[in-house]
Amino acid sequence: MPNEAIPLVDRKAVKYHIIAGFTFFYVSLFAGLLYALQLSRYYPFPGVELLSPGRIRMLHTNGVAYGFLFNLFIAAMHWIIPRLTGKPMLSRVLSHLIFWAWQGIVGATAVGLMTGHAQAIEWGETPVWIDPVVVVGAALLIVNSATPILKVAKRKLYVTLWYFSAMMVWLPLTYVMGNFVPQYFVPGAGGAAVTGLYIHDLVGLTVTPLGWGMMYYFVPVILKRPIWSHTLSLVGFWGLAFFYPLNGVHHFFWSPIPMYAQYGAVMSTIAVEIVVFTVIVNFFMTIRGQTDLLRSNIPLRWFYTGMIFYFTTCFQCAFHTTLTLQKIIHFSDWVPGHAHLVMLGVFGFWLIGMTEYLWPRLVGNEMYSRKLSVAAYWLSTGGLFVMFLDLLVAGVAQGYLWMNLAQWEKSIVLSMPFWHIRTFAGTGIVIGILLFGYNLWMTAKNPGTRTAESGPASGRKAADDNAEEAPSAASSQAS
Amino acid sequence: MEKLPTILLAAGVGCFALAGILSGYLPLAHLGKIKVKTVEELVTEPSYEFQDLAKRYPEQFKKYYGDANVENYRKALKLGRDTYIAEACWHCHSQYVRPVSNEDQRFGKVSYAEEYQNEMFLPHLFGTRRVGPDLIRESGKHGNDWHVAHFYDPTIVVPTSVMPKYSWFFDGDQPNQKGLAMIAYVQWLGSWATPEAIARAEAEGGQK
Repeated sequence: MPNEAIPLVDRKAVKYHIIAGFTFFYVSLFAGLLYALQLSRYYPFPGVELLSPGRIRMLHTNGVAYGFLFNLFIAAMHWIIPRLTGKPMLSRVLSHLIFWAWQGIVGATAVGLMTGHAQAIEWGETPVWIDPVVVVGAALLIVNSATPILKVAKRKLYVTLWYFSAMMVWLPLTYVMGNFVPQYFVPGAGGAAVTGLYIHDLVGLTVTPLGWGMMYYFVPVILKRPIWSHTLSLVGFWGLAFFYPLNGVHHFFWSPIPMYAQYGAVMSTIAVEIVVFTVIVNFFMTIRGQTDLLRSNIPLRWFYTGMIFYFTTCFQCAFHTTLTLQKIIHFSDWVPGHAHLVMLGVFGFWLIGMTEYLWPRLVGNEMYSRKLSVAAYWLSTGGLFVMFLDLLVAGVAQGYLWMNLAQWEKSIVLSMPFWHIRTFAGTGIVIGILLFGYNLWMTAKNPGTRTAESGPASGRKAADDNAEEAPSAASSQAS
Repeated sequence: MEKLPTILLAAGVGCFALAGILSGYLPLAHLGKIKVKTVEELVTEPSYEFQDLAKRYPEQFKKYYGDANVENYRKALKLGRDTYIAEACWHCHSQYVRPVSNEDQRFGKVSYAEEYQNEMFLPHLFGTRRVGPDLIRESGKHGNDWHVAHFYDPTIVVPTSVMPKYSWFFDGDQPNQKGLAMIAYVQWLGSWATPEAIARAEAEGGQK
C-alpha cells in the first residue's frame, strides 16, 4: 500500500514531461513543415546557414524522437510503473533531475544540429559530444524506474512491465552500439549493418515496447475489462523480443552487406508481422462489444486508430521488405510515408491519446472543449492519411522512373505535385495538433469547467490513486 | 516467462545478443577480412580536380590551402566529408549503387565492399533517401565550375533542382575553405573505382 505521506505517482513529473514533450513536438512539426516547403520550392529562408533545410530535417526527426516521444514515454512510465507495482519511483529528486537533464540533452542536440555538429548516424544525429551524456541520462532513468519493478520481482509481472523492463536492458545496449561502434570502430558496410541494427532496435526495442506497454495498461483501464488473451500477450512479447532485433539489415538492402544477412532480415521482418497480427487480434477482441466507446471516448479513439495504423504499417512492411519490392521503393518517398505512419500515426497518436486521458486528471479540470478534441483528431488523422497515401504513390512513381532510366530531373518534376499535397496535408496535421495544445492550455487555465464529481484537484487525485485500480496479472490470466 | 529475471536475461540480453551476433557480428567478421585503410594509405596523390581548383581559384586556394599537395588534399577531403555530414547531405543523396533497377547504367559500377573499408567511411554514408542522385560515382561527372555554380545556387545549372543554396560555402562568389573542400570531396567519390581496382577486389574474394 502506498505511503499516505508520499503519493504514489509523481504528478508533477508526469505533467512537466507532457508540457516539455509538446513544446518539442511543436518545434519538430514546424521544422517538418519548413522542410516540406523546401521541397515545394517555397522555403522562406534560402541561403541562411543556421536555418539550412538539411539541418532543419534533422531537427524534425530528432525533435520528434527525443523531444516528443521520449518525454511523453517518460511521463507514461512515471504514471504507470508506480500504479502497477504499488511502489513509487526511486526518488523524486532524481525524477526532477532526469527531467531537466533530458530537456538539456534535447535542447543541446537542437543547437548542435543547427550549428553543424551533427553525427552521420540516422536517428543518432545527436552530436558526438552529447552521446555520453545521453547514456548517463538513460542510466539514471533506468535506475529510477527499475527500482519499483525490482521490489516486486518475485511476483509474476503484468504484461506492461515485461515490455518496460526488457526495454530498460535494450535501450542502453542499443544506444551504445549504434552511436559508438560505426562512429569509431567499424567503417563501411560492416558499420552499416550495425547502424541498421541500431535504427531498428531503437524503434523495435525501445519505442515499440514502451508503446505497447502503455496500451496494455490504458486500454484495460478505460474499458474496465482485462486483456482478452494472456497467451496472445505472451506470444506478442516474446515474438517481438526474438524477431524484432533481427530486422536491422533491412534498412540497407542490395548494399555491399553480405547477402546472407540481407536474406535473414527479410525472413525475420516477415516473421514480425505474424507476431504483430496476434497482438492486434488480442486488442480488437478486448474491445469487442464495446466499440461504441470509440465514438464517445476520445483517448480510446486515438489508441485504436493508432493500432489500425500499426497494423497497416506492419502489413506494408511485410511486402516492401522483400528484395523484389525494394528494387522499386528503396530510396523513394514510400519510405518517409511509412515512417510518418509509424512515428506519428502509431506512437504519436497513442501518446496524444494518453495526454487526452491524463491531462484532466493532472490539472483537475474536465477537458475544455470536446469539439476541439474531435477537430484535432480528424485534422491529424485526415492529414496523416492523405500524406501517407500521397507519399506511397509518389514513391512507386519515382521508383519506376529511376528504374526506367528517365532523366533524374524528371523524377523531381513528377514529384512536385505530390510534394505540394504533402505540404498541404502536413499543414492539416500541424493545425490539428495546435488545436489540441490550445485545448490543453485552456483546460489548465479554466477552473470554471471543474465538474462537481471531479471536485477540486486534490480530491480528484486521491480518487484516482485508489479507485482506478491497475489491471493485474491475475485478471488477465482469467481468460 | 512472466518473471523479471527471465525477461531481463532471455529477452533483454539474450535476444539482443543473438541478433547482434547474426546480423551484426557475422557480416562484420566476414568484411573484417578486408584491411581497413587509413586516409594516408588511401590517398597517395592530389587529384586532377584538386589541382584544377588551385588554378581556377588561385587566391582563395592559396589563402585556405596553400599548395595543391597531397597533405592539403587529405585535409580538404576530411573537411569535405565533415561538411557533408554537418549539412546532412546524406539525407538526400545515397552513396551506394545497387545491383538492381538499372542503377549501374545510370550511375556506374555497382558498389563493392572493399571500397568502403577505410577511414573516410567511418561512419559509413550509405544514405537513406534519394531526392538527388547517388554520389558514389560522382567523380569527374561534372567539372569544377559546374559544382561551384551548383553549390552557389543549384537552379543555375539544374533549373528543376530542389537542393538548397549553400551560400556559406562562398566568400562573395568565390568558394571558401568549405566550398573548395566540398568540391574536392564530391569529385573524389568513386575516383578509386578503376577497372584494375575492381578486378583486384573481385580476385581477392570481395562480393559480387
